[in-house]
Amino acid sequence: MAPVAPKSGDAIFASVDRVNAELFTLTYGAIVRQLLTDLEEVEEVNKQLDQMGYNIGVRLVDEFLAKSNVSRCVDFRETAEVIAKVGFKMFLGVTASVTNWDAEGTTCSIILEDNPLVDFVELPDTCQGLYYCNILSGVIRGALEMVSMKTEVTWLRDMLRGDDVFELQVKLLKQVPEEYPYKDDE
Amino acid sequence: MQFFGGSEISPSPPAPAASGNNAHMLYIFNRNGVCLLYREWNRPLKTLSSQQDHKLMFGLLFSLKSLTAKMDPTSVEKGNLGVPQLPGQGCSFHSFRTNTYKLSFMETPSGIKIILVTHPRTSDLRDSLKYIYNLYVEYVVKNPLYSPGTPIRYELFNKAVDQYVRGLG
Repeated sequence: MAPVAPKSGDAIFASVDRVNAELFTLTYGAIVRQLLTDLEEVEEVNKQLDQMGYNIGVRLVDEFLAKSNVSRCVDFRETAEVIAKVGFKMFLGVTASVTNWDAEGTTCSIILEDNPLVDFVELPDTCQGLYYCNILSGVIRGALEMVSMKTEVTWLRDMLRGDDVFELQVKLLKQVPEEYPYKDDE
Repeated sequence: MQFFGGSEISPSPPAPAASGNNAHMLYIFNRNGVCLLYREWNRPLKTLSSQQDHKLMFGLLFSLKSLTAKMDPTSVEKGNLGVPQLPGQGCSFHSFRTNTYKLSFMETPSGIKIILVTHPRTSDLRDSLKYIYNLYVEYVVKNPLYSPGTPIRYELFNKAVDQYVRGLG
């Protein structure tokens, strides 16, 4: 039986339940504001957003695999393409692009021109150093860890800091294959 | 015990009527071997404690996966037997049939393994297993009170699975 081809991001995005974009943006903004009030330190907030993103990513990957029907990606290049084209489209409604591959094919940049999280947002002077969308880096890291890839995700360009696009650098640290979990003597 | 649905001893009879529980058991494991869910509908013979049973099932599938990947005549690159593989890599077996039952298996790239044991004349259950995976995502993964990697104890999920499996012919 021939494998079923993965549905394109558009098709899946059209078929999933959607929420009001403003509600989503305002909810996220409320979370960041609350974190800033509770933690006060911008670095702490960045870390917390990343951790929250990680917890989301760990669960999101199953939903992604179930709805998008993609089979195992052959290499990291394909993985990055799938994240940018299918993943971002499915969950945020925007398509990202992948560029800046390094020679070994383990590091790339995902470029987002449009980001629903930052609609209406302007960073005040008191929040310099805040990565407002840091939840996204956690989500990607968490999701990839559940498919056996340890990665490091950092922001290279951030529109809220004056750049023209959002650029996320995704670096594959290593692939961790599945080990037999039970000890042999049992 | 015949593996991989080879030649059948008896000629295939007409499909049985879809009523009652056609399935015997369902297992869901995660990548670390934790049995997330075990449902039993029709299992007259039980020889092992549930912990041993889960370990046996997980070990069986783990070994079968390596064996089938190793014996693949079409693949160019084969790992050594026993070397752990990435989930979803290599060829993946999806069912085996004996004269008394059929075991259908599905593994996702995130390491979730779904096993359904049914009567031997069941047709290909890959789409059903995918549907069960979708149920898992909706009722379990999306539940904020569920910690990933722990056994599932949600009545709603159990009921949804029971109902779906009951409808399988």
